[in-house]
Amino acid sequence: MKKRSSRRRSLAAGVLMGGALLAVGSGYAVVSAETTPEPVVAIAEGSIEQLQVGRQLFLEGCSSCHGLSGQGIESVNATGGNGGPSLIGVGEAAVDFQVSTGRMPLAAPEAQAPRKDPLYTQEEIAALAAYVATLGPGPVNPTEEELNLEEANIAEGGEIFRTNCTQCHNFAGSGGALTDGQYAPSLMNATKEQIWQAMVTGPQQMPIFSNETLTPEDKRNLIAYVESLKVEPNPGGLDLGRLGPVTEGLFLWTAGLGFLIVAAIWIGAKVR
Amino acid sequence: MSHDNLPAQTSQDEQAAIAAATAALPAHRPRRTDVDPRAARRAERQIALMFLGSALMTVLFIVAFVVIPVDQNVYIWGFGTVNASNIALGVTFGLAILLIGTGAIHWSKKLMNEKEEVQMRHSLASTPQDRESAIEAFDTYSADSGFAQRPVIRRSLITAMALFPIPMVVMLRDLGPLPGTVLRETLWQKGSRIVIDPTERPVRPSDLPIGGLISAMPADLPEVQHEEGNLNARAKAAIILVRMEPQEIVSQQGENWDYGGILAFSKICTHVGCPIALYEQRSHHLLCPCHQSTFDLADSGNVVFGPAARRLPQLPITIDPEGFLVAVDGFAEPVGPSFWERGDA
Repeated sequence: MKKRSSRRRSLAAGVLMGGALLAVGSGYAVVSAETTPEPVVAIAEGSIEQLQVGRQLFLEGCSSCHGLSGQGIESVNATGGNGGPSLIGVGEAAVDFQVSTGRMPLAAPEAQAPRKDPLYTQEEIAALAAYVATLGPGPVNPTEEELNLEEANIAEGGEIFRTNCTQCHNFAGSGGALTDGQYAPSLMNATKEQIWQAMVTGPQQMPIFSNETLTPEDKRNLIAYVESLKVEPNPGGLDLGRLGPVTEGLFLWTAGLGFLIVAAIWIGAKVR
Repeated sequence: MSHDNLPAQTSQDEQAAIAAATAALPAHRPRRTDVDPRAARRAERQIALMFLGSALMTVLFIVAFVVIPVDQNVYIWGFGTVNASNIALGVTFGLAILLIGTGAIHWSKKLMNEKEEVQMRHSLASTPQDRESAIEAFDTYSADSGFAQRPVIRRSLITAMALFPIPMVVMLRDLGPLPGTVLRETLWQKGSRIVIDPTERPVRPSDLPIGGLISAMPADLPEVQHEEGNLNARAKAAIILVRMEPQEIVSQQGENWDYGGILAFSKICTHVGCPIALYEQRSHHLLCPCHQSTFDLADSGNVVFGPAARRLPQLPITIDPEGFLVAVDGFAEPVGPSFWERGDA
């Protein structure tokens, strides 16, 4: 008897909470739409059911580090264990990026969250993103139209990529090292959405490339360039990760010189 | 007077020396292929197989060259998607030459005669008679030429020979003129508008979010023609704009050189001049990809790690009446790597 009533109460609270969040969210969207003609930052809309699912998933999977209301938790030890940043204002794009690339939930505190298989389904990720978007206005996901690369200019995208991205992500988009065990990941597995989301949210050490500095058109050109890198055939043999002189030098100094030394020993060895 | 370094006609003494040297060598041990005819035949087969393998590879090279279309790609495990023609031509051609080499070496090691031999050679120095006759000849012809007796000719020749190398030094003038102020000046000056590189779009402060970064250049850079040194101007004027919380800025190179937390720094590393934009937005550290010099943009662009000797020059910025970011003034110090006339470190 007691059990049922408590369950009913929590259900009612959930519905009420979802409704309130939706009201606040859509209210804010209306307000922000009035003040700025083209809102880049807005609260995503979601059905009450979706928000309820999202909130439930958040409480189960995220709140132990990010706090029950996404306010963030100060780390309790030096390794940063159990401490998570505030999610207020990170927006749906950040949630979608972090969870769809498998970076969140974090398996263990380390220098940088690695890409892994996502733990949640697409619907669950959408629900989580919709819920976190209600915590505060933040960057939104690109629309299908914004990701339509049909008219994209790959040459211009390449120029933008080489000016702003290659220092960390390498000319071939294969990533590179940063400090303290951190690194810029390879872009070869990143989807069009994820590249866009990373630019507007600036995950971890990556700086933000807003829609004002790199316009949606610039971003489309840039993504089209990265997509062209993905399918670019390899004209030669072993690409050695396309990391440049470091791996190529290492390969030549070990495998190349090693082969020459073995050949020299074979040529000079006395035969019995 | 033969100095050909060839085997000499052996005298009796020399033959004795050869016998002694040969006796000093360790005893010759025959190879398996020397004593076992089956081993020798096996080695013979192996060598022939290598040569025939090489011939086959050459034929395959020609076939691959004719048959495989230039633009055909193929997936090879461990290599990924690669150009089929390049791989086929490279592998067959490489194996063709490699198998000739390995066959030849295998042949010489297994089957060719390998008995040790001692060969006597002449001393490399000339005989005393030869040397004496050379000195004699020099003295004779020197006296004949009159070099010592005719001082006018001698001195004029020495003068000519001494002056002759001077043009090579004079031509060094064409390495100049000295750079003058070129290394100290960039296109940035009072009121230069900041535009995004490469889209040439001007920037409003609100365009750049906290944690944002963008590469930028002066608005008048695209007007500099290639013949007027556009690439040099671009190499000196490249900057990055970053934005951080104003209270996170520990120090700057000049008072209020930021605009609302937006800082502009030269994009050229002060070590050897690589373009530098590995920006870690949480630590505000800027890394150079070439030699890992690290600059703290929240603290005047000072060097915190790596071989760079000087801080990254900061560009003072503000906004113009239209609300776009502009330079308050040019760089206060030369950008890029150190140079001889710079004065300090």
